[in-house]
Amino acid sequence: MKVPLAAIAHTRSGDKGDTSNIGVIALKPEHYPVILREVTPERVKAYFGDLVKGEVERFELPNLGAINLLLHEALGGGGTVSLRVDAQGKTYGAALLRMEIELG
Amino acid sequence: MIRIANGQGFWGDWLEAPVRLVDEGSIDFLVLDYLAEVTMSILQKQKEEDPALGYARDFPPLIGRLAARLKERNIKVIANAGGVNPAACARAVLKAAPGLKVAVVHGDDVFSRLDTFLAKGYELRDMDTAQPITTIRPQILSANAYIGAFPLAEALDSGADVVIAGRSTDTALTLAPMVHKFGWKADDWDKLAAGTIAGHIIECGAQCTGGNCQVEWENIPDMANIGYPIIEAEPDGTFTVTKHEVAGGRVNSDTVKEQLLYELGDPKRYLTPDCSADFTSIHLEDSGPNRVRVSGIKGGPRPPTLKLSISYTNGWKAMGTLVYSWPQALPKARAADRIVRQRLETLGLHYDEIYTEFFGVNACNGQVAPPNADPPEVQLRIGVRGQDRKTVDRFTRELIPLVLNGPPGATGFGEGRPPVREIVAYWSALLPREEIQTTVEVIS
Repeated sequence: MKVPLAAIAHTRSGDKGDTSNIGVIALKPEHYPVILREVTPERVKAYFGDLVKGEVERFELPNLGAINLLLHEALGGGGTVSLRVDAQGKTYGAALLRMEIELG
Repeated sequence: MIRIANGQGFWGDWLEAPVRLVDEGSIDFLVLDYLAEVTMSILQKQKEEDPALGYARDFPPLIGRLAARLKERNIKVIANAGGVNPAACARAVLKAAPGLKVAVVHGDDVFSRLDTFLAKGYELRDMDTAQPITTIRPQILSANAYIGAFPLAEALDSGADVVIAGRSTDTALTLAPMVHKFGWKADDWDKLAAGTIAGHIIECGAQCTGGNCQVEWENIPDMANIGYPIIEAEPDGTFTVTKHEVAGGRVNSDTVKEQLLYELGDPKRYLTPDCSADFTSIHLEDSGPNRVRVSGIKGGPRPPTLKLSISYTNGWKAMGTLVYSWPQALPKARAADRIVRQRLETLGLHYDEIYTEFFGVNACNGQVAPPNADPPEVQLRIGVRGQDRKTVDRFTRELIPLVLNGPPGATGFGEGRPPVREIVAYWSALLPREEIQTTVEVIS
């Protein structure tokens, strides 16, 4: 069954220079393996398309039922250089929650 | 057990938060985090205009307002309000609150030592781009080393009521009272990592007590009176995240997890001047209403280098907006964008970047946003940046004429011509930690 990531996770995103990070946190422990399987760096990179120029890295925090995604070259230069309204990547996390994943 | 509260997540955060932390319950230490990456450069510019400035100006009046209560309840304050001028900040605090004992931590400011470092062979390459700092040397405005918790703890050891630092790390503000009170040593890695992670949880103020929380955000209680976070720290390195009972907001493992993940890099190696903290060792437990107990944290040795926070000028930018109303709001806004670009081209003006966003359509999330076929209005926002101020300034004249000489239905120009702003960019580099010697000065 396909559902948006929002059905099983919550997120918070922010910035470090031109890199944005998205913490993706399972709403319930049983959702963590689904996140690991579905929210891969390749899929996240393809999902954001032109917004993310660089690579996507993923780190696992099984103790929190969470992954940490680093989206490199994703903020139009970052900080004060960026011309984007979301120069700090504050909305990336919510945007990722629309991504469709396979639940089964 | 000691209770450490954070009443300020950045310079510009809620003015009432620290006052409520003092009034609505019991705390032992009030920490205030005023500095973001670009704040130092803003402060440096203010100091250049007036040598008596260059610190967070909200801080002295706040201490003036709280002075009697701090004394009466024996609450110590630790803040990185000093910016690029901690001594001036301390003078202003003493003027506002003459009865307090103030300690100032010096040694983070390395602006005047940069050429010495270069002569020694330190290239100070940017941690992101690996470029040597010589490429931007003439544009540098400020340079500070991030300092850790031990100099701040030393300041607390002196009996100060208020500790003022410049560029201390955000997490050091929270760790320092633990080092001071529990006598933790410089190689108590697990405990230092625990205090560091406690600092990370509360360094953004209400972002761990229900602010900006996605989980049932509509039901976060009494957000208008949101409580700022409190750490109840134990000598063994375990701690509880909570808030004052009467305050609004929510503390549970959802709100704490979101903040733990905020602005995180490699979770196994969260490096500070004090230690390396392992976020994959954290154990969270909802231990009561608005209480999260944190335990199990492991740490490792501190790095041999300190990070430098360097700001430099990097050209100019301007962003302007116009609103196009229904019908065909988006095609009209797109046409206006093409016209502006063509007119700039005709004038022979070139920019490092021209960036256009359509608010109400795709500004925040680009292609990820769902299509909005016929929005009732669209805000066109065009930004440019370049090295020449006049070229950027000329762009700011190109938007408002469109109201009369472009597609129909433009409004929202009431703010007038957009301002031209100098870009102050951020550069981070590593320096051997032996180069930084801090000192504590006590003033009363």
